[in-house]
Amino acid sequence: MSTNSAHSIVEPSANAKRIAGVLVVAYAIITMIPLFWIFATGTKSPPDSISYPPKILYEPSAEGYCNLFTTRTRQTQEYIESLGEPETLCEDITLRRNMVIAGPSNYVPRFINSLIIAFGSTFCAVFLGTITAYAFSRFKVPFANDLLFFILSTRMMPPIAVAIPIYLMYRELGLSDTKLGMILLYTAVNVSLSVWLLKGFIDEIPREYEEAALIDGYTRLQAFWKVVLPQASTGIAATAIFCLIFAWNEYAFAVLLTSGTAQTAPPFIPTIIGEGGMDWPAVGAGTTIFLVPILVFTVLLRKHLLRGITFGAVRK
Amino acid sequence: MTNSVDNILDRSADRAARATPDGVARRIRGLSDRAVAWLFVSPTIILLLAINIFPLIWTIQLSFTNYRANRPNAEIKDVGLRNYERILTDEDIWLSMQTTAHFVIWTIVLQTVIGFALAYLVDRKFRGHAFWTTVILIPMMLSPAVVGNFWRFLYQPQIGLFNYIIGYVTGTDPSSFQMLGDVDLAPWSIVIVDTWMWTPYVMLICLAGLRSIPDYIYEAAEVDRAGPFRRFWSITLPMALPFIMLAVLFRGIENFKMFDMVILLTGGGPGSLTEVASITLKREAFEAWRTGYSSAFAIILFVAVFGLANIYVKALNRVKER
Repeated sequence: MSTNSAHSIVEPSANAKRIAGVLVVAYAIITMIPLFWIFATGTKSPPDSISYPPKILYEPSAEGYCNLFTTRTRQTQEYIESLGEPETLCEDITLRRNMVIAGPSNYVPRFINSLIIAFGSTFCAVFLGTITAYAFSRFKVPFANDLLFFILSTRMMPPIAVAIPIYLMYRELGLSDTKLGMILLYTAVNVSLSVWLLKGFIDEIPREYEEAALIDGYTRLQAFWKVVLPQASTGIAATAIFCLIFAWNEYAFAVLLTSGTAQTAPPFIPTIIGEGGMDWPAVGAGTTIFLVPILVFTVLLRKHLLRGITFGAVRK
Repeated sequence: MTNSVDNILDRSADRAARATPDGVARRIRGLSDRAVAWLFVSPTIILLLAINIFPLIWTIQLSFTNYRANRPNAEIKDVGLRNYERILTDEDIWLSMQTTAHFVIWTIVLQTVIGFALAYLVDRKFRGHAFWTTVILIPMMLSPAVVGNFWRFLYQPQIGLFNYIIGYVTGTDPSSFQMLGDVDLAPWSIVIVDTWMWTPYVMLICLAGLRSIPDYIYEAAEVDRAGPFRRFWSITLPMALPFIMLAVLFRGIENFKMFDMVILLTGGGPGSLTEVASITLKREAFEAWRTGYSSAFAIILFVAVFGLANIYVKALNRVKER
């Protein structure tokens, strides 16, 4: 399905444009409300966050972020008074709630796990995807179409269905709750997307470039390294961001196969609780920090988004 | 021991090198195309065999047993097709399939209608349309789990923003309805969040469809004096149809597998009213630990997605060829 970039000379009238613009902007604003609320809740104090009616104007507070990064214990009035002046903003906020900071929370280690697992699996998936896609694009591989279809069909399995045997297998191999296990699993899931997308990108690079290099005495591997890779770099970068977003956002495998040392941020954030229920400002703060990288990537990716989300079925 | 093996290998390599003519030797050093092809394809195949195919075969094998993962030492009995029989006659499973169907069908209907309408509007090319398109796309890139978790807060009856806005707009009391606790509303609460997240996905694909329609067709219609309504029904819609169908295929597969957003938003409740297939599967496999039984269910789900997707792709190809 190739698309045509030329567009209608039958230009829409000025009025039609105006109405369309107003409706689209209205939709965009409504769709942003939940996101705005996540950011806002993260900067509210707990009483402000659960006030009725919901507060749009409020005094910003760092309490959500403080609670996100620390664990606290409640202390007696006498003990609190016996302590000296608070040194940091977070200590001050905590003391006002009659509590003392007991130590750091698990958010930072979980976030680092997310980074290691997402980047590790992305590197592996893109590396394997690039060489496999090159082979499928340039050589006659026996059963190529069947193999490609098989690679794609692995994405149709519900993650929970995949998790049953993986859980048993990892238990036997000692890979449960390890970063290596998660990297291998995410690589296997992402490699299908990676091969499909990169095959599309590499198909578009004219073969003549490599053939010229081969005639100049390059070996096949040199031609791949020095001619094809630089040409495919945009496609590789776009593919990498897609793999990264999947691994970053993934929840089902993470919650079933990790519990502690290798747990990523998505299963951790919903477990942030304060005294008497969810600590919504802390959840808002944790969610905000978790979402920011993705916002940046979405803006970077916008030109390749269509291709990525359709497994390369639609190209622009 | 290892030394002698190395020696033998070295010696045979030497002999091979001496026996090979010059040109071929260079090709081996540079690797033949065939060797490169295998070298490049095999790591991926090995990974997929280890992490996809082997577990799939294991699942099939387990589905014929009464194995329970929490009792690894218990005797494993071969129960034949009994797991499959029990699943297909289990009322709870059918209820969860109905819940899944409700979720999949309504999300597809809403996302297709709103997504196509948005694409149509964006295609009017008003000023700043590129910027606003990017803004609209943001929700679909976010983690369904993390965002689904936060929607639980938006849906709170007293303090939630969603209830407040709906109450404000309709004039009802925001605490008079519970999106997550009410039997009638809970199935819609997950449809709303999914529609919020994934409408941009359908929009993006529909937009590509609209932009693929060449101008001359519209110009010809202009010459034939076809009205705007006629143009929409006989040009725009049929020509964008393959793209719309593709979007429906991808959304259908994804939502059939839906787990993360729903488990965090409703946890399958109230009761088991929003328990979609993946949640039932998780309950059976990782809470009741009926591994054999849930393996059979996993296979049935996989066959269902695979079968439906294949039938659908055939229909899609027929539309494309028209």
